[in-house]
Amino acid sequence: MSLLEIQDLQVTYRGTQGDVPAVRGVDLVVEAGQTLGIAGESGCGKSTLATAVLRLLPRSATVTGQIRLEDQDILAMTWGQVRAVRWAKAAIVFQGAMHGLNPVRRVGEQIGEPIRIHENVESREVSSRVNGLLEQVGLPAARARAYPHQLSGGQRQRVMIAMALACRPQLIIADEPTTALDVMVQAQVLKVLKDLINETGVGLIFISHDLSVLAETCDRVAVMYAGRMVETGPSQTIFTDPLHPYSAALAGAFPRIGDPAFRYAPAGLPGDPPFPGDLPSGCTFHPRCARAIDVCQTSDVELVPLGLGRMAACLRVSEGVL
Amino acid sequence: MAIQSQGFGQSTHAEKRSWFRRNRDLSKFVLAKLGGGVLTLLFVVIFNFFLFRMMPGDPVGLYNRGRNQDPVQLAKLRAALNRPIWDQFVTYMRNPFAETIDSTRFSRPVWGLIGDRLWPTVLLVGTAIVLASIIGVWIGIRAGWTPGGRFDRISTGFTLILYSMPEFWLGLVLLIVFAVGAFGIPGLFPTGGMISPGLSGGSLRGVLDTGWHLALPCLTLTLVYLAEYSLIMRASVVDELGQDYLTTARAKGLLDSDVRRRHAVPNALLPTMTLIFMNLGFVVGGAITVETVYSWPGLGLLSYDAIKGPDIPLLQAAFLLFSFAVIIANVTADLLYAYLDPRVRP
Repeated sequence: MSLLEIQDLQVTYRGTQGDVPAVRGVDLVVEAGQTLGIAGESGCGKSTLATAVLRLLPRSATVTGQIRLEDQDILAMTWGQVRAVRWAKAAIVFQGAMHGLNPVRRVGEQIGEPIRIHENVESREVSSRVNGLLEQVGLPAARARAYPHQLSGGQRQRVMIAMALACRPQLIIADEPTTALDVMVQAQVLKVLKDLINETGVGLIFISHDLSVLAETCDRVAVMYAGRMVETGPSQTIFTDPLHPYSAALAGAFPRIGDPAFRYAPAGLPGDPPFPGDLPSGCTFHPRCARAIDVCQTSDVELVPLGLGRMAACLRVSEGVL
Repeated sequence: MAIQSQGFGQSTHAEKRSWFRRNRDLSKFVLAKLGGGVLTLLFVVIFNFFLFRMMPGDPVGLYNRGRNQDPVQLAKLRAALNRPIWDQFVTYMRNPFAETIDSTRFSRPVWGLIGDRLWPTVLLVGTAIVLASIIGVWIGIRAGWTPGGRFDRISTGFTLILYSMPEFWLGLVLLIVFAVGAFGIPGLFPTGGMISPGLSGGSLRGVLDTGWHLALPCLTLTLVYLAEYSLIMRASVVDELGQDYLTTARAKGLLDSDVRRRHAVPNALLPTMTLIFMNLGFVVGGAITVETVYSWPGLGLLSYDAIKGPDIPLLQAAFLLFSFAVIIANVTADLLYAYLDPRVRP
């Protein structure tokens, strides 16, 4: 039994201008204690995927497929059962540096809130646990009395992490936890997160647009494009030796220091990601792909196993043309 | 606090500050707000003197209009008004609330007159504001939490209609329908006044009778205030809906009603609280038009009569009182806002 198993997940937003498929058939598995990174540009459906796990999507979203958390079908649950699973089994680290914390409540109160909801414990124990959690993420316990605006961005993000750990969940979903932070603070927050994963052995889904961060943090990485996985595999190999042309472009978007060839190599990717409501035919990446051939415009592509635990959804890769 | 405190264990100012320093900042903040209020009061007191000296008309003539005053008294008054303006100003500034000035219309000291009318106005407008803020905030929260829902569409429709109605017109309509009687509805309520003749306010019957007189003017004012409060509260709740901290709260497993009560409402309440507290200042000003429509013997009706005169000494006193009330309410709103919102606190 895996910690989290997602099968053929499809999320469609009903809009005034027709339906918008944000996630189009995603399968993924996270084992206990494993870390999975999900990479992709904004709008590729990675945050929708993350929020769908706890059924936090707005009412306008239709979700089909299967989400099994510790062998329990999340999509078949009543709302009462979903609320019991939320935070106790799986917690989310939102982008706390911005607006993830309530501005008029003390952070200690907000960290302790899920403990009070899910566990029947005395308030003295709640506050001692809150203090312990703050120390775990490297903040002095006295900070429990601070309001979010009195903390720096990195401190707020650490509060978010402490909050996610409050009910000792088996799975943590980190949705762009370091995005709004500067590089130094980002490194600190990543270190806190990595240490906690090692100490507590929770499963982690780490969502980021930054492939280099994922390569450093995660065991495996899945690259998403236009609502689908286009490549999965061990994180280092995706970063250093990407198979799919899109992963290659993502990996190439980060400069490698000390590599003179890199300075002159064309980096980045022309064009914008497609609007999910109006996707190109065939392989959705073909309009931006330098290696596209005629058949890419018509034929749909699926993930194909390519050995060494790697999979890619590219006709040219699976044909061995590249 | 040097190189080692890079990130980890980093503490901001608030934590380092001792209890005393924090409290010093707090008292500084409160004193600054109070000081600002006092300065504004002073300005109003001074302005109030010159405003009424600039108005046209003969004050002595106003005293003498329609009745024969004691010629000695009038000569004294004329002599007082003929003194140099700076001389008059100094006298006024010694005690702006001097008891000695008579109303030209009622021939009574103005402050005594105002004191008599204060209680009915506080009863009327105070009751209306309390009712309106409770009901209005409740409607606003419910409507704003599910915008576009049935409750929202119905309540926003009603409150928009109420909000756009002139209050005296709404008062007249209610008066015609429920006091005079129309469309087969008998006149259930009195058409005006505060208490039936012959009853004293102290007895139980007097209290009940006052409540009966209070019903229609209070309903009118409540509906008008309620519309404003609920529209503002609705807008603030809608503003909070998309906030990330609400998603965090939902993800924690809170019931929808707890997400609303514990997280959305405390944030959405801030603008509405400010509005309610600023309106409190107008309590003493009364609702001039509504008091006039229902002949409610409050400060609003008194000001209306004073403007008709014009009864300059009375107007001057009323202006002073209204300005004081508004300024005090504003300072209270400032302090309360700081209490409710930690971001504003020093």
